[in-house]
Amino acid sequence: MNRFLKILFFALIVRPVVLIGLGLNVRGRENLPKRGPAIIAANHNSHLDTMVLMCLYPLSKIHKVRPVAAADYFISKGGFLAWLSLRCIGIIPLDRSGTAKREALFQECHEALDNDEILILFPEGSRGNPEQLSELKKGIFFIANQRQDTQVTPVLMHGLGRALPRGEGLLVPFNCDVVIGDQIEDINDSSEFINAISESFDYLSQFCVTLGKEES
Amino acid sequence: MFDLPQNSFYVMASVVGLLIIASTASFALGLRNPEKDYTELRQRIQSWWVMIALLFVVLTISKNMAIAFFGFLSFLALKEFLSIVPTRQIDRKVIFLAYLAIPVQYYWVSIGWYEMFIIFVPVYVFLALPMRMIFIGETKGFIRSAGTLHWASMLTVFCISHIAFLLALTPLNENAGYIGPVLFLLFMTQFNDVCQYIWGKSFGKHKIIPKVSPNKTWEGFLGGLATVTLCSALVAPLLTPLNNLQGLVAGALISLSGFVGDVVISSVKRDLQIKDSGNLIPGHGGILDRLDSLTYTSPLFFHYLYSAYY
Repeated sequence: MNRFLKILFFALIVRPVVLIGLGLNVRGRENLPKRGPAIIAANHNSHLDTMVLMCLYPLSKIHKVRPVAAADYFISKGGFLAWLSLRCIGIIPLDRSGTAKREALFQECHEALDNDEILILFPEGSRGNPEQLSELKKGIFFIANQRQDTQVTPVLMHGLGRALPRGEGLLVPFNCDVVIGDQIEDINDSSEFINAISESFDYLSQFCVTLGKEES
Repeated sequence: MFDLPQNSFYVMASVVGLLIIASTASFALGLRNPEKDYTELRQRIQSWWVMIALLFVVLTISKNMAIAFFGFLSFLALKEFLSIVPTRQIDRKVIFLAYLAIPVQYYWVSIGWYEMFIIFVPVYVFLALPMRMIFIGETKGFIRSAGTLHWASMLTVFCISHIAFLLALTPLNENAGYIGPVLFLLFMTQFNDVCQYIWGKSFGKHKIIPKVSPNKTWEGFLGGLATVTLCSALVAPLLTPLNNLQGLVAGALISLSGFVGDVVISSVKRDLQIKDSGNLIPGHGGILDRLDSLTYTSPLFFHYLYSAYY
């Protein structure tokens, strides 16, 4: 039932918006992990980021793709947003308060990986505020480092912060770049690991065709 | 068959025939030289199949369907243009307004209101966009931003909508119907691209504009011009009200302006240091990479035909 709802939601709403309203320039599709367990690390500028990444997968696999999202933003307030996030998108809520124990924090992520699912993580932690980076930065390392069966695939997106930036309700159509990089090698140091991800983002940005518009 | 006027039907069938030849040739090439990689050629031809099929289906279904289809192409082209060219983050709402011009412009086409169709973008949209910009009030980068949006709307909405208005003209050639002139324009423009490419590949030596497009040569340009002009003289009476002599002129016009359109979009890409404007069409690049010549050939062919017969 849940899977059916998810397929319907993506087929009728998300895919038309992402593929026609936006339009994707995908590079390096062959690097995209086809099946789980897998972890995708992407940059975060817009609510559309999650939708775009999920649209890279066929509808038959959509229930296997699990974005990890802030529990305080999407779930705590309950109501429609929580229902949409959990039922239609299938997020894994993550406690950003910093009070939870690490094992408890990532338990659901590990369960998903054990279940051969594909995690989507945004190491920046939030769309706009880089200050909230630190905890989740370590987070992705702690999830990946504990597992022998999977590695992290970096994905750089550009243009979505322009189509639907934080705090705006009007979606303006723009093509967006999605560049998928090579897997990050196993590194046993958290800050080196994070560096490797941001270096990879830097490298991937040269493949964007929509980058001419940074100046505002 | 399919209720299509006979000449249009024959031309469409010939195009499918050409595609079959192209597919067979690329398949044979692959068999003969198994060590070479023909992926891009194969993708290119496959994409041609898809584009031609889509076009023929909408042209066959109904006039309004075809007009809506070209409106959708305008949308894709405008979106692609504004995605690769620098724009100000603050102009999001102005850009949204520019998108809204598309359904309005194609509505004028669908009701055949020529006077409005011909001034809507160059007058009303031209004046409205900067007005919307002053409501936002940011003056830094104002001139460049207004220029970008105007050029984008003219190229992708105004120019492309001329293809659609060909459908709204009263058909004067019974055997071709209202789709005849559109088929003629699209076929000749794309045929010109192919001819200039083939002549250039075979005999190209002297570069025309090495700074913008190093692959364009005088041999390719002139060879294409001669081939297209001659073919056009033969085909024009089948698909349009034009006679042989007028077809000759139309062919030369399409060949010359198609070249310019191609090079203009190339300059945009070169300025932005990108090779393709997107990757919507496998083997071709973005939608602008395919519509580049048409941005110039459509209004020029349209007005030649219009001034001669309407």
